[in-house]
Amino acid sequence: MNFMASKQPENSLLGPESDSQRTLYPYVTGTSVVALKYKDGILMAADMGGSYGSTLRYKSVERMKPIGKHSLLGASGEISDFQEILRYLDELILYDNMWDDGNSLGPKEVHNYLTRVMYNRRNKFNPLWNSLVLGGVKNGQKYLGTVSMIGVNFEDNHVATGFGNHLARPILRQEWHENLSFEDGVRLLEKCMRVLLYRDRSAVNKLQIAKITEDGVTISQPYSLKTYWEFSAFENPAQGAIGSW
Amino acid sequence: MDLDMNVNAPHSMGTTIIGVTYNGGVVLGADSRTSTGMYVANRASDKITQLTDNVNVCRSGSAADSQIVSDYVRYFLHQHTIQLGQPATVKVAANLIRLLSYNNKNMLQTGLIVGGWDKYEGGKIYGIPLGGTLIEQPFAIGGSGSSYLYGFFDQAWKEGMTKEEAEQLVVKAVSLAIARDGASGGVVRTVVINSDGVTRNFYPGDKLQLWHDELEPQHSLLDILNAPSPEPMNI
Repeated sequence: MNFMASKQPENSLLGPESDSQRTLYPYVTGTSVVALKYKDGILMAADMGGSYGSTLRYKSVERMKPIGKHSLLGASGEISDFQEILRYLDELILYDNMWDDGNSLGPKEVHNYLTRVMYNRRNKFNPLWNSLVLGGVKNGQKYLGTVSMIGVNFEDNHVATGFGNHLARPILRQEWHENLSFEDGVRLLEKCMRVLLYRDRSAVNKLQIAKITEDGVTISQPYSLKTYWEFSAFENPAQGAIGSW
Repeated sequence: MDLDMNVNAPHSMGTTIIGVTYNGGVVLGADSRTSTGMYVANRASDKITQLTDNVNVCRSGSAADSQIVSDYVRYFLHQHTIQLGQPATVKVAANLIRLLSYNNKNMLQTGLIVGGWDKYEGGKIYGIPLGGTLIEQPFAIGGSGSSYLYGFFDQAWKEGMTKEEAEQLVVKAVSLAIARDGASGGVVRTVVINSDGVTRNFYPGDKLQLWHDELEPQHSLLDILNAPSPEPMNI
């Protein structure tokens, strides 16, 4: 006997009547992810903030996760949608492993899968509200790509989401070069993250930097950046013009 | 993710502003972040503005509206001081702010806290929120960051504090609000006003106390990775 009331299946063919599952606007969001290619692989950085509107509600959210053996996924936007994407990828990797054929999905394949998922959701007016950064190394080949919530995807030597596009990419265009060392890559990412901390309202001062190389994924412990406020102009900015800022 | 920065969004001081009386005067405090949409247009603004030698005002809400209101009131108070022949009282300053805020309530979007010292009433704080209500209070909080401070002040506020206690309370409160309000940030500025005069203070973001889930700032991850391993325990 069936005691449960009947419920609309998730991806019903009934069309508009079953859109009770739409994401119309995000609730808990993560801000920028910044990533670059360096000598041995990919470096990616993201802060650990989960904002709830203008409230900095959660300060220990991990927005970068390893995928399989060869990839690293960083996400900005709605955190619940990111968690759902991780479930999809978990299933994808599981099925890949079950073939037990010695082959494993590389970053290019994972990126392609994500692109299809994001674009198809966009076509149904029910997007996953994220901007994703997918980086990885397989068989010596470095890969770094990005997908947005509407399915726009591309690969490049350095990518960023959200505010990172406006504040970090210009720095990277100036200072990135082929075969960066680990130290230089970290310093460059920290330079970008510090600017984001100064100028992005939703930034939080706790971040992680992740590295992916042929050997695998390492995500650093959470840490905070020092900030500089001791410019003499900051001490009494309105001295020359009382009432200004 | 919204890539459109909307540089034409009105400059708003998300803000946390505070005014507190103590036994001898007042302490005014504020953060220093001015935002245009989600971009921080100025990370070191000065939101505590002088109206007269003995009265200052904390500004929140629209940067433009609060600046123009304080400019007009400074101008009127200057004339008033000349005509009166002695320093204006805090009450007069607050009422001038109120008149502008109330009579232009449909157009203005600014919440202000007036604080100062005069020889008749001593230290006084007046809150003038949106709409132009005038309310004299032992302490006042305002701006978007103040939402996070109501519980804190209910517990921590005490009558008859010393100057040091009052200033520490203000710095702690602004710092707590900065930790949770995305629209507040930067440095903490305070202004102490009493019979001796006006003192401005500056507390940079990295000198403030660390709160829950915050970590000690580092120069770089490389310093952490290259740090020597801790000594093994000796039993």
